Amino acid sequence: MRLKCPLCGDRDRREFYYYGAEDYLRRPGEGAALTAWDDYLHNRDNPAGVVKDLWYHEAGCAQWLVVTRNTVTHAVSGVDLVAERKP
Amino acid sequence: MRYSGLKVITEGLRGNTGWTPAWRDPAPKPAYDAIIIGGGGHGLSTAFYLAKNHGLTNIAVLEKSHIGSGNIGRNTTIVRANYFLPGNSEFYSHSLKLWEGMEAELNYNVMHSQRGQIVLCHSDGQRDALARRGNAMINQGDDAILLDREGVRELLPYLDFEQTRFPIYGGLLHPRGGSARHDAVAWGYARGADQRGVDLIQNCEVTGIDIENGVVTGVQTTRGAIRAKKVGIIVAGRSSQVAAMAGMRLPIESHVLQAFVTEGLKPVIHHVVSFGMGHFYISQSDKGGLVFGGDLDFYASYASRGNLPMVEHVMEAGMTLMPMIGRAKVLRSWGGIMDMTPDGSPIIDKTHIDGLFIDCGWNYGGFKAVPASGWCMAHLMATGESHEVARKFRLDRFATGHLLDEEGTGSQHNLH
Ligand SMILES: Cc1cc2nc3c(=O)[nH]c(=O)nc-3n(C[C@H](O)[C@H](O)[C@H](O)COP(=O)(O)OP(=O)(O)OC[C@H]3O[C@@H](n4cnc5c(N)ncnc54)[C@H](O)[C@@H]3O)c2cc1C
Ligand SMILES: [Zn+2]
Repeated sequence: MRLKCPLCGDRDRREFYYYGAEDYLRRPGEGAALTAWDDYLHNRDNPAGVVKDLWYHEAGCAQWLVVTRNTVTHAVSGVDLVAERKP
Repeated sequence: MRYSGLKVITEGLRGNTGWTPAWRDPAPKPAYDAIIIGGGGHGLSTAFYLAKNHGLTNIAVLEKSHIGSGNIGRNTTIVRANYFLPGNSEFYSHSLKLWEGMEAELNYNVMHSQRGQIVLCHSDGQRDALARRGNAMINQGDDAILLDREGVRELLPYLDFEQTRFPIYGGLLHPRGGSARHDAVAWGYARGADQRGVDLIQNCEVTGIDIENGVVTGVQTTRGAIRAKKVGIIVAGRSSQVAAMAGMRLPIESHVLQAFVTEGLKPVIHHVVSFGMGHFYISQSDKGGLVFGGDLDFYASYASRGNLPMVEHVMEAGMTLMPMIGRAKVLRSWGGIMDMTPDGSPIIDKTHIDGLFIDCGWNYGGFKAVPASGWCMAHLMATGESHEVARKFRLDRFATGHLLDEEGTGSQHNLH
């Protein structure tokens, strides 16, 4: 598997660290209910199909990336910088 | 039909013409007292113990493919009771005792072999951690022996004792640990359940869960609707999809774990051996193949095959530990889909829907749990109460903070 980093180009999967579903980007605000924190930290849609997840280009540009890919075929359809994400 | 040594001999003399199928192939009935979704090891053992321990025989196991097609037929068959945390400790201890009586209980040869499992350590810190784990195992009533370097050398002379990168300091021997034939476990429980009246329905995929006013009423399947007052979801790597049919979002992320087997060799590795550095573990099957594996591929996946970086990593770890295996040829590799939880421990619990139960989150350690998981899930489904050895496997423990993080790696699904 190769990921196309927007800054570094096509790179071997081993250069990247996988963190988890992009749910991690939706951190509950201060004072949010405990259930919101539970959901954020633990619960996942976990679909068999297209997902967006968070990867870190550890051996490259050190940017956090949102990777759009298929969990059944391992096909990657998009890699975007978290830093350029629209809120 | 009862199996015995005498039966094997007489059938051999009669040209093996007298054997009958090990279980029936019934069509689904319109309704059952209870339905188990998933015909893997855990679904089958649950059905078996519902019938045997609780007298509930009007039940069906619905399997979307064939019995044994999931992780029960893909694992590396290690059976052990070397857990540390209260909650896990008593559960796996109970499971190992059930393993020890399994062949007599099922009248089936599952080739359970208590050849001893050895976890190696490569630093003072790791040795201290193993000593502590060994004490916890002994306190639980199981067995553990701390080996020094020479003790390990006596049992495993083929390890590389010269290398300086990961020097072998010693190991923890769990004499009652070992392995078993994975398919036979599925077949044995399937046959035992069938003999007690359970309908095993293969090629029957559950596509919906019927719920009325918060109470489960049955399931929709590719072979029609089936009614039931009690439904158990026991589908391992597919737990999130099936739970979603009941509107639930689980603390699970599915990952692929690979395993490998070599050509058959003469007996050379007599134990189950785990490397304490770099994830690698190995044993030798009765056919002679070296069966080994390592870590997850690390990213969420439903592909039953892995990627090359982990293949390379596992081979490297194996070569570092025991260079002699370098000359064996790898015959096959494969993957299975693991239901990873944020603390690495399983769930056996009720859900917020009346009559709907769930048994999932086995990560990559659910083979050894097959008997006790079935025992406890059957207890829960029959009585409505958690069994005492599974009382900490709650679905809400993540919300309440009662995590069972055996490895202490934090609440990230792929780190356990
Ligand atoms: C490579 C590998 C190595 C492993 N090594 C070990 C080990 O050494 N020791 C150990 O203890 N554990 C090990 N495990 C883990 C162990 O195999 C699993 O935790 C355990 O088998 C999971 O439970 P199960 O047997 O019920 O799962 P499965 O056999 O996967 O059963 C689930 C069943 O549900 C069915 N299903 C799914 N969706 C539906 C639906 N909608 N309708 C109907 N049926 C459905 C599936 O077809 C499947 O047959 C390993 C796993 C793998 C992949
Ligand atoms: Zn980059």
